Amino acid sequence: MIRFEHVVKRYPPGGDALADVSFAIGKGELAMIAGHSGAGKSTLLKLISAIERPTSGTVLVNGQNVGALKRQALPYLRRNLGIVFQDQKLLFDRSVFDNVMLPLALSGFQGREADRRVRAALDKVGLLARERAMPMALSGGEQQKLALARAVVNRPNLLLADEPTAHLDADTAKDVCAILREFHRVGVTLLIASYDATLFADGMTRRLTLQQGRLLS
Amino acid sequence: MKSWLAQHRQALGLALQRLAANRLDTLLAALAVGIALALPAGGQMLLANALQLARNLSATPQISVFMALDAEPKTIVEVENKIRGHAGVAGLRRLPRSETLARMKKNQGLRDVIEALPGNPFPEAFVVTPRDESPAAMEPLRNEFAKLPKVEHVQLDSAWVSRLDALLRLGRIAVWLLAALFGVGLVAITFNTIRLQVLTQRAEIEVSRLLGATDAFIRRPFYYHGALQGISGGLVAWVIVSVAALLLQAPVAEIARLYAFDFSLELPPVIQGLQLLGVAAALGWLGSALSIGRHLGD
Repeated sequence: MIRFEHVVKRYPPGGDALADVSFAIGKGELAMIAGHSGAGKSTLLKLISAIERPTSGTVLVNGQNVGALKRQALPYLRRNLGIVFQDQKLLFDRSVFDNVMLPLALSGFQGREADRRVRAALDKVGLLARERAMPMALSGGEQQKLALARAVVNRPNLLLADEPTAHLDADTAKDVCAILREFHRVGVTLLIASYDATLFADGMTRRLTLQQGRLLS
Repeated sequence: MKSWLAQHRQALGLALQRLAANRLDTLLAALAVGIALALPAGGQMLLANALQLARNLSATPQISVFMALDAEPKTIVEVENKIRGHAGVAGLRRLPRSETLARMKKNQGLRDVIEALPGNPFPEAFVVTPRDESPAAMEPLRNEFAKLPKVEHVQLDSAWVSRLDALLRLGRIAVWLLAALFGVGLVAITFNTIRLQVLTQRAEIEVSRLLGATDAFIRRPFYYHGALQGISGGLVAWVIVSVAALLLQAPVAEIARLYAFDFSLELPPVIQGLQLLGVAAALGWLGSALSIGRHLGD
């Protein structure tokens, strides 16, 4: 499903954010990218969603070389991915419901089907009762759950999550992990970047550890 | 097709939401655009009315040919026949000097003056109706008639129509210049409005891109925003022009009556209003296109 072949990402004039990284993740895996802050975890996820392009090497997602995609093709790649951003990127001037509706609107869904999908996604993360609330009125954990609901509303087969439990208390982090596991259980391939190597200790199919842009294991 | 329409409906809805969310800004922008458009639109309305007036007044432009006072009756008949037989003449009416004198004597103010004169001061005259009423065709006729024997003076009764025609041409150019100038103004206002909208919506644009929005999806609401702003400005301009025309109707009719003209100021026709809205929408769309090309190009 995801294959990195000798991928290098360099941000001039600094050093390599990723240096000669190669790995493969198959369909249905629950993979984790561990590493300290600045290790290159976020960069790796950005390369998969083509937010960044590799300096050299090949990034394949579902057999597609995403580094070589034209600008016009990027939206169609991203609509098939679920992405939970490190800073969540919620729209604070839109309700919980409208935040989750956004990916569906981008994909052309509308009407009752779209409403039904939004409510199903909110139900999965336990936010159905708060669909009319504004994100600012939610707790940190709820905001993270909202970001999760938005990531899965399009029913992607690959979910990328960048530090999904950062800044959450232990109980809320556990809740978020449980939701992610639930997605994995129904067949979604998960790639989670986290500084916390103990997350998903059981059930994880692969762990990639990055250190200063290099893959250790 | 259905999906394409749905996307446009969605973009239009979003643009309306954004306009409604900033009511004061929307109102001020509509007023600015409306006032800018009202000037050329009002000018166009006045010009159309002036053209109508000119058409009414110059329905039968004529040439007056005055004979010398000492012209022999035989010469007068010869001149009359020559003019009547001219290919460029549609009609001729002779005004005998005795009739002119009698008519003038009926005028209270002139009777005493005329009676004090030793003889009839009025010459024999012909009123000629040309076939071609354009000033360009009448001028050679005038020159030709002036060369006939014992013709003292030839007057083009349409000379003032030519002057009015020239003034209207000038007015038309002025209206076009105003329209072009304020059209550029509308584009500039929309450009700036959309620039501010892009800045306001930057987070949404960024998130939408990351989640898979196409460029068209992101740009479309801004196009509609610009077009709607143009239309709202066009509506304001339309109201201003219509109200001004309504207020001016009675005074203009009064002035026309005092000058013995049958004239009243016409309100601009609906089709002209629709054209104004169409042009305003197109200019708004253009302003948006330029702005998002500049600010969303990356």
